[in-house]
Amino acid sequence: MSEETKNISILEGRKGQVWRKGEGGAFVCDRQSLAGSVTQRACAFCGSRVVLYPIADALHIVHGPIGCAAYNWDIRGALSSGPQMHRNSFSTDVSEKEIIFGGEKKLRAALDELIPELKPKAAFVYSTCIVGLIGDDVDAICRQTSAKYGIPVIPVDSPGFKGTKRLGYQAACDSISKLIGTGDTSKVGPLSINLLGEFNIAGEAWMIREYFEKIGIEVVATMTGDGRVDDIRRAHGAKLNLVQCSGSMTALAKLMQETHGIPFKRVSFFGMEDTAKAIYEAAGFFCDEVVMERAKNLVRAEIGEVLPQLKAYRRKLAGKKAALYVGGAFKALSLVTALRALGMRTVLAGTQTGNADDYAALRDICDPGTIIVDDSNPLELAKFVMEKDVDLFIGGVKERPIAFKLGVAFCDHNHERKIPLAGFAGMLNFAEEVASSVLSPVWKYVPRRSGLGMEGVR
Amino acid sequence: MSEDTSMLNEPLHATRNACKVCAPLGAAMVFKGVSGCLPFLHGSQGCATYIRRYMISHFREPVDIASSSFSEEDAIFGGSRNFKAGVGNAILQYEPELIGVATTCLSETIGENMIAMIRDSQKDVEITSRTPLVHVSTPAYNGSHSEGFHAAVKAMVTHFAHIDAPAHASPTLNIMPGMVSCADLRHLRELAGLFGMNAVLLPDYSDTLEGASWDAYHRLSPGGTKVAEIRSMGRSLGSVELGHTLTTGESAGAWLEKSFDVPNFPLGLPMGLRFCDRLMGALAAISGRATPQSLLAERGRLLDSYVDAHKYLSGVKAAVTGEPDLVIAMAGFLSEIGIRPVICATGTKPRHFKELLAGEMEGGIEDVSIIPGSDHHRLEAAVREAKPDLIIGTSKAMPLARALGIPLLRSGFPIHDRFGAQRELTLGYRGTQALFDRIVNALLEHRQESNPIGYSYL
Repeated sequence: MSEETKNISILEGRKGQVWRKGEGGAFVCDRQSLAGSVTQRACAFCGSRVVLYPIADALHIVHGPIGCAAYNWDIRGALSSGPQMHRNSFSTDVSEKEIIFGGEKKLRAALDELIPELKPKAAFVYSTCIVGLIGDDVDAICRQTSAKYGIPVIPVDSPGFKGTKRLGYQAACDSISKLIGTGDTSKVGPLSINLLGEFNIAGEAWMIREYFEKIGIEVVATMTGDGRVDDIRRAHGAKLNLVQCSGSMTALAKLMQETHGIPFKRVSFFGMEDTAKAIYEAAGFFCDEVVMERAKNLVRAEIGEVLPQLKAYRRKLAGKKAALYVGGAFKALSLVTALRALGMRTVLAGTQTGNADDYAALRDICDPGTIIVDDSNPLELAKFVMEKDVDLFIGGVKERPIAFKLGVAFCDHNHERKIPLAGFAGMLNFAEEVASSVLSPVWKYVPRRSGLGMEGVR
Repeated sequence: MSEDTSMLNEPLHATRNACKVCAPLGAAMVFKGVSGCLPFLHGSQGCATYIRRYMISHFREPVDIASSSFSEEDAIFGGSRNFKAGVGNAILQYEPELIGVATTCLSETIGENMIAMIRDSQKDVEITSRTPLVHVSTPAYNGSHSEGFHAAVKAMVTHFAHIDAPAHASPTLNIMPGMVSCADLRHLRELAGLFGMNAVLLPDYSDTLEGASWDAYHRLSPGGTKVAEIRSMGRSLGSVELGHTLTTGESAGAWLEKSFDVPNFPLGLPMGLRFCDRLMGALAAISGRATPQSLLAERGRLLDSYVDAHKYLSGVKAAVTGEPDLVIAMAGFLSEIGIRPVICATGTKPRHFKELLAGEMEGGIEDVSIIPGSDHHRLEAAVREAKPDLIIGTSKAMPLARALGIPLLRSGFPIHDRFGAQRELTLGYRGTQALFDRIVNALLEHRQESNPIGYSYL
């Protein structure tokens, strides 16, 4: 490893958030990012926006200056089978005048313009950093607008400074909870579930829904992938909540347990093992032999289909080393398992928003020597990538240049991706995604592998 | 002809799919173009994260931006504590030569005294006292990324340019290129060289945002304008400032002229014969040399191609959208090749936008719909009415171009759905030639594809 990369030091205030399996020591997580550390995390606003984003028949309007709305425009791969309203970027585009005189008039005008024209089933009004500071009473405007148009108009209290993405998730859950329990559940059957924390990236919710339909379980609402307001309103009729992205939606699941008595289970649909486990968990919950039998048949058939093809990938990928840095730790767990199925080893695993329980589980399943890191930054990630000499980096757009600059293969496992990676078929896609980068001929020529310098000459 | 002139009295409305992003992004882009400079945003950490992601999607390079990561407390009591800690951490990690500090809507709204804060932090913390902090005010509720960009250039110049700075080693020209591609930056330097001058390009992100594959991770991407060069800008032969909107306020070039008698040549972006001729005229005047034969030959070939293609372009109507400087230059260029830019839209509201356009447009602006402060919704309405044959704009115009079946020629920032925007040359005779060929071919391709016969010769 070059001196330049070796010399990158971990900030004193972050040392507890870096842990190596086998070296012991306490591990710190679930805290505010250190100022100036160039965290990969976004803010509370972002957290609320991404969770609510896929609700496709709702109006999402960002109250604030233009940036927050503009950077979010059509940013995610959350698909809708019907309305596409969520793929727009609506903003009050607050200007200096409103900073001085307040933005209520503009927000009111924007809602009065958009709701009659677009006829959404509900509206979410996101407060950005400056809204509270200029004294706008967003709650009151939402109440009045709701009465005026007869649709739920729900404030999302998510100024960026309120905290990390995690706090934004909480704000989003609070907002969704205002819809739940307001719809008619008379048509919801006894074998019914909700999928929480499933955002239908590249159509994944459709794949998962199909599994459950095949075994006779009804999916009442997906929150929020391919989301519809009316489905969410009757979600309390379901008998079980499956929580996939636990970081974003466990709060809502707990709330639904308290208010509607619906139990929840944390699951993951990434990788074959975890997908099978999730299906069995749901089937087992209903204590219905027919359902369980169907579940077994489904899993057997799907794995039978996928496994032989996976073996071909495994032959090519076995022994390669992977680094992963993702949003939530539950996904990280699944990825470690999924990489193992490909014969690959995880040598660096990190997340933006994992909590103590998540990390404990992650530490358990990782191999000795694995680096586990919370709320990391580009310099640390680059340092570890070089130290561990990894062959593959799994992350999102912000991590991609770290990998590519250093001549490391990359797999996008963030919400911007266009390829479904969930479920059994998703495992094959994942293998293909990994292989298409790791096995590329280009790595042979990059400085890290060629032994030639950046100029390409000895 | 139509224009929104009454900004204060215009009806309130929602912004739908904005044609702009916020000012801090422009400032960050400038900071990326100064050697050893780390961009730092004083506000919530989401601002930095969003801007990083947005720029990475365009440039596909590492874009590390630090943040003071405001908390709720900081929003109430002021962010000086976090600012100081953030700057300290950023210096420890990145070892920058300087830090470019841009404000956000949050820090501006709470009225942070940046000058005092910077002074205090440099006084108190030993480590920060050696690192210059250059401050630019970029509230997101004022202007757009375009204004933020120009403001940061001026902040750099006024911060560093000094009467006592050493003279340049060789004849030197200042170029303030505006927000252009990496290829354009390289070409501008080459042009200065052809007139026997070194160029101080501010900013110059041609290497930092389009660099080689690395053998080690660089804390700060190699390249950029050196601080020593900026210090001596007052000792250059002259300044060339590209961008029509710069003529309406005190720009960096105007300041250098006022302070150090460096003659300033405020020009539009050199696209098209007339604007390129003006640039060559300025370079000839500053250097005292005639335009080299090689450039005259490029000019000759460009003009020849105008003639060869003019029948393809006759009667063609185009809609142009993007940063104001780009829109004005592009519209002027189109008007000289026989394409009518029937819509000129920009997301921000620059002063004298209409007058600037009117001054550059062959054939007047009678038939031109000029839309400052536009969003893509208003642009779409204008496009539906004017039915142009071509849209020239950023990737963000894709949804409307796709919906209306009109070819989109991608130009400007951001390009998120095509490859190689950094390498797109549009300036100078050579760049105009490349742009001209792309425009002609986009029209020919559309004609061929929408024609049932499929002529082989066009």
